[in-house]
Amino acid sequence: MHWELELVLYLFLIISAIVSLYVKDLLTAVVSLSVFSFILAMLFVSMGAIDVGFTEAVIGAGVTGVLFIVMIYKTSRRSND
Amino acid sequence: MKQSSDSPIILLLSRVISPYIMLFGLYVIFHGHYSPGGGFQGGAMLAASILLIRISAEEKVYELQFKKSFDIPLGAFGVLIFFGVGLTAMLLGGNFLDYHFLPMDWMSKADIRAMGILLIEVGVGLAVMTILVAIYDNLLEGEDA
Amino acid sequence: MKIINYTSLVLIGLLLIYASLGLPYRGDAEALVNKEKSLIGSPVASSYYIQNAYKDMNTPNIVTSILGDYRAFDTLGEEVVIFTAGIICFLLLSKERKSETK
Repeated sequence: MHWELELVLYLFLIISAIVSLYVKDLLTAVVSLSVFSFILAMLFVSMGAIDVGFTEAVIGAGVTGVLFIVMIYKTSRRSND
Repeated sequence: MKQSSDSPIILLLSRVISPYIMLFGLYVIFHGHYSPGGGFQGGAMLAASILLIRISAEEKVYELQFKKSFDIPLGAFGVLIFFGVGLTAMLLGGNFLDYHFLPMDWMSKADIRAMGILLIEVGVGLAVMTILVAIYDNLLEGEDA
Repeated sequence: MKIINYTSLVLIGLLLIYASLGLPYRGDAEALVNKEKSLIGSPVASSYYIQNAYKDMNTPNIVTSILGDYRAFDTLGEEVVIFTAGIICFLLLSKERKSETK
């Protein structure tokens, strides 16, 4: 239906996943993981699964980011590998 | 965190935003019959509004909003609401979680089932909210004072 | 070593894409999960939910009625799992443990 829009969303999904894997700064990795979750939520909504998209947006982009940031502030910010 | 941020702007902004997130979370829980959403999503939004204050303010302030010692008991109470609805239906003659048998005779059978769904959604929302806040609190607790 | 990694990654990706070509399209009325009868003629559960959910509990949102009523055991198990996670965090990480028994 809106396959051009979905193609752009899939591209950004892959880009944000690769960025969150390969970046050295862990805070940037957490933010790009939140972006990943939000794009995934939009893809779920475009497939018609509104409840799953809602859950993904709230949990993946909100609460998980908060917990990861707390763990980063308790440990070190730079990754070693 | 080691120390909360000193900037008053962040505290002011999160104090403005947090009640609206909480209101929308309550809307998601109680309007789950007619729109997407339900107990899990609404509880997670309530937890997000509480965690926003917990990140930006210091301990003396956020203890006023939601006490640390209420986390686990309220979560257990939420699970207990779910089990209580199921056991009430079972004690009144039906199967476990069969909402036909809840003692609300002034409504039709279909409305009683809708009301049973609402009751368990409230239980799920309470449990999810308190458990997410409890995980955050306990993660911060291992810090050297 | 790196070449083996990347070639296996690309091969698995191509295999997944090839497998996804056999899936039915989104919202296909002819797909097996969306039909009223399965292959051997028994009724499919989703058609029952779609036909009877509004009659049974006056709720326009079928997802809520499935999660809250028809499949309430699933939701109960989900909630118990979340509660167990919170209890485990509390037991492992909490510092205010009374140690007068020692």
